[in-house]
Amino acid sequence: MSAEIREREALFSSKNIKLLKNPLSLSNPITVQVLGICSALAVTAKLEPAIVMAISVTLVTAVSNVVISVLRNGIPPRIRIIVQLVVVATLVIVVDQILKAFVYDVSKQLSVFVGLIITNCIIMGRLEAFAMANKPWPSFLDGIGNGLGYGLILIIIAFFRELLGSGSIYGFNLIPESFYELGYKNNGLMILPPMALIVVGVIIWVQRYYTRDLIEKN
Amino acid sequence: MQEIFNIFIKSIFIDNMIFAYFLGMCSYLAVSKTVKTSVGLGAAVIFVLGITVPVDYMLNEYILKAGALAWLDASFADVDLSFLSFIMFIAIIASMVQLVEMIVEKFSPSLYSSLGIFLPLIAVNCAILGGSLFMQEREYQSLAQATSFGIGSGVGWFLAIVGIAAIREKIRYSDVPAPLRGLGITFIITGLMGIAFMSFLGIKL
Repeated sequence: MSAEIREREALFSSKNIKLLKNPLSLSNPITVQVLGICSALAVTAKLEPAIVMAISVTLVTAVSNVVISVLRNGIPPRIRIIVQLVVVATLVIVVDQILKAFVYDVSKQLSVFVGLIITNCIIMGRLEAFAMANKPWPSFLDGIGNGLGYGLILIIIAFFRELLGSGSIYGFNLIPESFYELGYKNNGLMILPPMALIVVGVIIWVQRYYTRDLIEKN
Repeated sequence: MQEIFNIFIKSIFIDNMIFAYFLGMCSYLAVSKTVKTSVGLGAAVIFVLGITVPVDYMLNEYILKAGALAWLDASFADVDLSFLSFIMFIAIIASMVQLVEMIVEKFSPSLYSSLGIFLPLIAVNCAILGGSLFMQEREYQSLAQATSFGIGSGVGWFLAIVGIAAIREKIRYSDVPAPLRGLGITFIITGLMGIAFMSFLGIKL
């Protein structure tokens, strides 16, 4: 215990900044660690639900990381999954109730996907891999970082799908009326679920083209 | 009877867990490298969905729904516990998975050894919780409907993971552009399979 106190480091030391920055690209939860795709893609047809989802996941990841990190020495290893699930489920209920109270429309659009944050692999993955072994402050940063990395991909996907699929960004029409008169049509396929997967595939392609280290062997 | 059959077909093809809702993608991507393991995981998912959805249906119907407690006492008629559903569902799923694991281990050791590693993983598979949450949202009328929805979603998931595993086994011999190898191409193929599955949308049930 005393050793821990002596090794105390600055709040934003370079190591801690790394925790925040790495998940944005090099260890992005979606494109590199392949976590949390489950509930992510279904909410990306429009930008607004994607942003709400990104914020909710970031909050839940960060807070649950802190809670588990504080409790980590008191949790018996055999039942840790259940403890983690209970902590996450409680936080998700809070988020769900807040969404229902303040942004009811979005909450209706997200439907079951708010509840599915509980089984979002990013959260469980970070709890297992990071919060169980680290102090609260780094865990908090790790949670925020991973939430943002997840949100970034979500927003990129939603941006392209909404732009090409409905011709708007965040509900504002961008494509001028005259284009439609000339025969431009919104690509209805972009709104449909399968295109989300293909857009993720393309994002991974672009990312790996620029960071060669990530390319898989086989 | 026809209604039950319709729900079954609909949950396999039209509302497919993977292609329409992306549920259970994590294990779908991680375990789909060979057909053999994906058959094991797919079977375990059918099994667990077929059990947890009906159990959660009863829980929702008799305890959680607004006014569901009225069978206990008339004074409970205006109690609405539906905000507790997430935590109750996940608790049921975690304990059911544990129970199923113990039962399978006792009565069919060979099945247990083939499913072994996958069973505990299923507790945190989004497809399972998603099944229960969709069941709650769509308000199925009877236990039989909920059960057929649960098993149907499981079968749909099974089809999807076995299909992608078969394709991935073959694609190893193809010359995929280096940055797309592995994860990238799997996403794109899943998208294409999803488009193929959309042809079922026209079916009126």
